[in-house]
Amino acid sequence: MRITLTGNYCVAYAVKLARVKVVSAYPITPQTTIVEKISEMVDEGEADIRMIRVESEHSALSAVYGAASAGVRSFTATSSHGLLYMHEMVWWVAQARIPLVMAVVTRTIGPPWNIWTDHHDIMDQRDTGWLIAMAENNQEVLDETIKLFKITEDPEVFLPGIIGLDAFVLSHTVEPVDVPDQDTVDSFLPERRQPYVIRAGDPLIMGNIPSDLVRNARMRWDVHLGLRNAEVVIERVDREWGKLTGRYYGGLTECYRCEDSKYIMVGIGSWVGDMRIAVDSLRDEGYPVGLLKLRYVRPFPARRVYEVVKGSRGVVVFDRSISAGSAGPLFLDLASHIHAMRLGVPVKNVVAGLAGVDVGYKDFENIVKRFVEEVEGEGWVREFLEFYPGR
Amino acid sequence: MDVPLTIRELPREKYVLPGHAACPGCPEAIGLRYVGMALGRRAILVIPAGCTSIIQGLSPGSGLAFPIINVAFASSDAVAAGVSAAKEVLGEDAVVVVWAGDGATSDIGFATLSGAAERGDNIIHVCVDNEAYMNTGIQRSSQTPRGAWTTTTWRGKAEPKKNMPLIMLSHGVPYVATASVAYPLDFIEKLRKAVTIRGFKYIHLHAPCPVGWRFDPSETVEIARLAIETGMWILFEAEGGRVTISPPSRPYMDKSRRKPIIEYLKRQGRFRNITEELVRELEREVDEYWNMLIKLSSQ
Repeated sequence: MRITLTGNYCVAYAVKLARVKVVSAYPITPQTTIVEKISEMVDEGEADIRMIRVESEHSALSAVYGAASAGVRSFTATSSHGLLYMHEMVWWVAQARIPLVMAVVTRTIGPPWNIWTDHHDIMDQRDTGWLIAMAENNQEVLDETIKLFKITEDPEVFLPGIIGLDAFVLSHTVEPVDVPDQDTVDSFLPERRQPYVIRAGDPLIMGNIPSDLVRNARMRWDVHLGLRNAEVVIERVDREWGKLTGRYYGGLTECYRCEDSKYIMVGIGSWVGDMRIAVDSLRDEGYPVGLLKLRYVRPFPARRVYEVVKGSRGVVVFDRSISAGSAGPLFLDLASHIHAMRLGVPVKNVVAGLAGVDVGYKDFENIVKRFVEEVEGEGWVREFLEFYPGR
Repeated sequence: MDVPLTIRELPREKYVLPGHAACPGCPEAIGLRYVGMALGRRAILVIPAGCTSIIQGLSPGSGLAFPIINVAFASSDAVAAGVSAAKEVLGEDAVVVVWAGDGATSDIGFATLSGAAERGDNIIHVCVDNEAYMNTGIQRSSQTPRGAWTTTTWRGKAEPKKNMPLIMLSHGVPYVATASVAYPLDFIEKLRKAVTIRGFKYIHLHAPCPVGWRFDPSETVEIARLAIETGMWILFEAEGGRVTISPPSRPYMDKSRRKPIIEYLKRQGRFRNITEELVRELEREVDEYWNMLIKLSSQ
């Protein structure tokens, strides 16, 4: 079925198609229309979902954590301050190894109050043990949300996952989307699997004090290993989805015109669409530029980055958030891996699009041209970190 | 509750086992035993940070024979709501109980509790009230009574105890009750009644703590009983908002039958420096509360 949907409605449709049993959320702009749509589906009898309409985001994630621990597929969604408010539970869910899926409609953080997109909220979760996917368009939002249920419930992973979509650019903008039918999704998604289920009569205790700190330390490391395992699972599940629907996205990353490129732009989220246009026009002008889109921030696709960056003359990483006092988080991940792998490729970090500032393909073109000239003139980057406030 | 429960009818199966890590004389270990007797294998416990985080003993073992989800401090009623919803979806029988201290109930977890109560989530919240943050070392809570020493109120707490049972009654939930570790049959009957009622149920369990209240660990039950006999703690239940004074407290509706509150206070080191004036003030508060409850129960 091909219909026009906003990114938020894509999430709602995916949740329904995945046969989620319990949803709990607290309204926050720009996430609100996700839960509104799900509520409507429930009230109209289109979806068999229990809604727990909680009093805060901390409780929203707590409630779905309880439901998921008790054995059912569960979902929540939030943004910005809501995500920060539930941050304690974000950690708790991952360390308890309970698979569930959360949509994060990326929005900047106050003060001042501002509802537009940047990535400070979602990037703040990157150490917690969750898988973090970022979508470029509404079709990818729908597809990746469905896939995340399968990926997170894989025994090699058993971790929760976030589907990230940019505020308004995706969440409130309609695009034509292929919505798979229920049979297709049913054939793709198996029964829910999880490492343990809390049930009456079975005296299983989750989370009491450890007698052995080394064991506790291994549990912590095992979360890291679960995310590393997820690299393989994400790739496999994406291929399965591709066979079923004709939409294979490239697993952890997607390369656009990288094969014969000398310079690589790197980005995540909706502005990757503008980067594609920039690549095309830069190519027309003779700049050998390619684009590496990271579809997952966690697990960080280090191997893919290595393969793409190896042999290139320079990389420019676009971050839509900054780890204040250091640099953009994507850059930090990418540069440290490149350096550790002794690639010897100059990397520049451009921090742009903060607080919802619009950055279009012209901006990308100009920034990349300057970057190419800088590297070709100097042999390296003069300043590795550049702030692009916008026009 | 027509035919009173007797000890002979209680199940012998144990849910608090050797290897638990409670202090000597711990009222929470006593209370958990009664939860086991009341609910048996139907119970799933959701436990936020607090003394019972420790009492369970060390993983991978445990000194409690319940299924338990340990959760972050302010999250327990929401987690329980999720567990309860999932069990209903799955068609599995379970009684989901939040076992939370006074901090997790009336302070850090209050918004979560209030939210679950207002929604009518099908859970039982037991507030095991030892009247201070005992797990972190006896700091004042909103449940600490006026005049009590804690490590954050060295000269005695200036403010009165927040009245949680009445706050929960104001939520319009179908069942609110108070209980005491000194009256196991009363507590067990209340838990069992709560199970039969759909929606949000609140039971506030008075739990004297020898470590924090400064009395000998052998006297826990005695102190708890004195609280009832002096009228400092009143056992009642409210079904559908209708208040009934529970049998153990009924004699003390008559003020002349109550022991002077000083008999309760003087047994506890935490009230060592209490002034006569403050004792009179507490006495007045006890009388006022009794009058209010008697009025509510006669409506």
